[in-house]
Amino acid sequence: MVINHIKILSKNVRKNILKASLEAGSASAHIGGALSSVEILSTLYSEFISFPEKKNWHDRDRLILSKGHACLVLYSILLEKKLITKKEFLSFEKNNSILPGHPVMNKFKGIEFSNGSLGLGLSLGIGSAIALKKKQKSNKVYVLIGDGECNEGSVWEAALLGPNLKLNNLTCIIDKNNFQQTGSNKEILDIDDLASKWRSFNWHVVEVSGHEINELIEAFKVVTDKPKLIVAKTIKGKGLVFAENNNEWHHKILTKKLYDEAIKNLDAHE
Amino acid sequence: MNKFSKKINFYSSIGMRASFGMIMLELVKKDKNLMVLTSDVSTSAGLDRFRNQHKENYLEIGISEQNMIGVAAGLSNDGFNVFTSTFSPFQTLRCLEQIKVNLGYMNIKICMVGLASGLVLGNLGYTHCSVEDVGALRSIPNIDILTPCDGLELEKCLTAFNKSNNSMYIRLTGSSPLKKIYNENYNFKIGEPKKIKDGKKIILFSSGAIINEVLIANEILRKKNIFPTIINVHSLKPINKKNVLNFLKGHKYVVTIEEHNIIGGLGSVISEIISETDRSHKLYRLGVKDTYSKSGSYDYLKKLHGIDSVSIAKKVKSILK
Repeated sequence: MVINHIKILSKNVRKNILKASLEAGSASAHIGGALSSVEILSTLYSEFISFPEKKNWHDRDRLILSKGHACLVLYSILLEKKLITKKEFLSFEKNNSILPGHPVMNKFKGIEFSNGSLGLGLSLGIGSAIALKKKQKSNKVYVLIGDGECNEGSVWEAALLGPNLKLNNLTCIIDKNNFQQTGSNKEILDIDDLASKWRSFNWHVVEVSGHEINELIEAFKVVTDKPKLIVAKTIKGKGLVFAENNNEWHHKILTKKLYDEAIKNLDAHE
Repeated sequence: MNKFSKKINFYSSIGMRASFGMIMLELVKKDKNLMVLTSDVSTSAGLDRFRNQHKENYLEIGISEQNMIGVAAGLSNDGFNVFTSTFSPFQTLRCLEQIKVNLGYMNIKICMVGLASGLVLGNLGYTHCSVEDVGALRSIPNIDILTPCDGLELEKCLTAFNKSNNSMYIRLTGSSPLKKIYNENYNFKIGEPKKIKDGKKIILFSSGAIINEVLIANEILRKKNIFPTIINVHSLKPINKKNVLNFLKGHKYVVTIEEHNIIGGLGSVISEIISETDRSHKLYRLGVKDTYSKSGSYDYLKKLHGIDSVSIAKKVKSILK
C-alpha cells in the first residue's frame, strides 16, 4: 500500500521533471541527476518528512538539497505536496521566477536553503541539527548530496564533525549514480568505496538500492546514536530510457519529440 | 578613576583579541541564544574563559573554516545569535564561498571576528597577514564590514551586531597593549564615520588600530603648523556617503591610511565616493601597494609600507609643499 503510493508519487514526480524540462526549452535542465533522486525524495516526503501548520513551521523536518542542480526533483515533489503552485512550478528557470535552476531559500515553500555551490549543504544540516537538539525538538534533518559532490573538501570537513557531535537527528543520503558533469566518477576523480570512507568517519552507514522503495524505507527507519549515512545506489537518468546511464543527460534540452516518447514510456510501465 | 575609564584602560592593556573574549563574557550573560564558534583558536581569540564557563554557548568546530561558516549559518537560521572567530585570512578568504552563499546570497546573519588582521603577524609571513580581507568581502552584498580602532570601539561593534540586519565582519587589528583612541564615551552608529580632529586643507581618513599612527603623525605635523582633519572610518561598509562628502568640504587634499592593500579597502571606498563628486579633490592612498613584501615585525612592515607615523607625516608635508 505504502510502497504503491510512493511508486505513484515517483511516477508523477518524473512526469513533472520532464514537463518542467520541456518548458525550460533552450535554457536546458539538469535532468539526469534529478531523475536518479526521485525514489529517495518520494520516500522521504511520503513517510518521513512532515509539514506542520504554518504557525508551527519551525517544527518541521528539514530536507537540504545540497546537490542543488537536481532542483527539479525537489520542485516536483513540492508541487505534489502543494507547497508550490502549478504556475510557480512552470515558471522554472523563467525570468523573475522563485524557482531558478538551483534552489533559492524559500522556507514556507519548503526550500530550506539556497544551494547550487556544491559541498555546502552538510555543514548547514549540521548547524540545523544542533539547533534542533538545543531546542529539544524531535524533528529530523536530511541532507541529500551527490557522489560527484564528494569531490569537495568541505563535505569531508562536515563528515568529520557530525559524529563528533553525536548528531543522531541527522541523515545524509548520497545519491550514488556514479556520474558527474563530464564523466563517470572513476574517470574524473575515483572516490571508490564511499561506504567504507564514511564508516571510518564514524557514521552509521546503510547501503541500499536508491530505486527500491522498501530498502529506502528500512534505511530511513534505522535508529542509531550516530548520524546516519545512506549510500543510495542509483541510475543517472532513471526512468528516461534513452537517458539512463547516459551522461549526456546531465544537463540537456528536452525536445517535444523526446518528451512525448518519455511520457509514453513511463505510462507503459504502470 | 571611574568605572568607564577603568574599562577602557583595561581593554587597552590587553589588546583587541583579549578584549573580544572579555566582551563576549558580558554579552552571553544577556543572551542565552548566543553561540560562539571557533576553529581551534579559543586561546588566540581570548575565548578560553568563555569556552570553560559557557560550554552550552561554545562550539569547537576544528580547523575547518568552511564548515564553521556553514554550521554557523545553520544555527543562525534556527534562531541562534552566532559569532565565529579565527585568524583573519582564514575567517574570510579561506571560506569566502560559504560567506557569499550562506551569508550574502541567503542573507543569514552571523558575526565573524577576524583576528590579527592587517600586518601585525608580519613575522609569520603573508599567510598570516591579512591585507585582502576587506577587498574580498566588500564585493559581497549583505555583509557589514567594521574595523574598530580600539577596545571601546570593538565593544560598540559587537554590541551593534544585535541591531543589524546583516552579517558582520569585524576586523581586529593592532598589537597588545593597544593604544586607546577614545578616552571618553561617544555615539557609535554603523555606517557613520566619526571626526577625531578638526583641521583644514587636508583630510586624513583612516580605520582600525593604525589610527594611532595617524594621531602620532598629527602631533608631528602640529609642530609644523599643519592641522589635518582626521576621520575614523570604523564602518567600511555600509558607509554614509553624505557624511563623507560633508567631511570633504573645504579640504582639497585627501589621504587614506589603511593596513590593507590600497586596492579594495578604505582607499577604494573613499575614491569611489570622490569619483561621484566634481573631482576637485586630490586623493593619496597609503597602504600596502598591491604587493607581498618580505616579512618582518609589525613596526618594520608599517614603515616599509609607509603607514607608520613618521612616513605619514612626511607624506602629508610633501603633499602640502
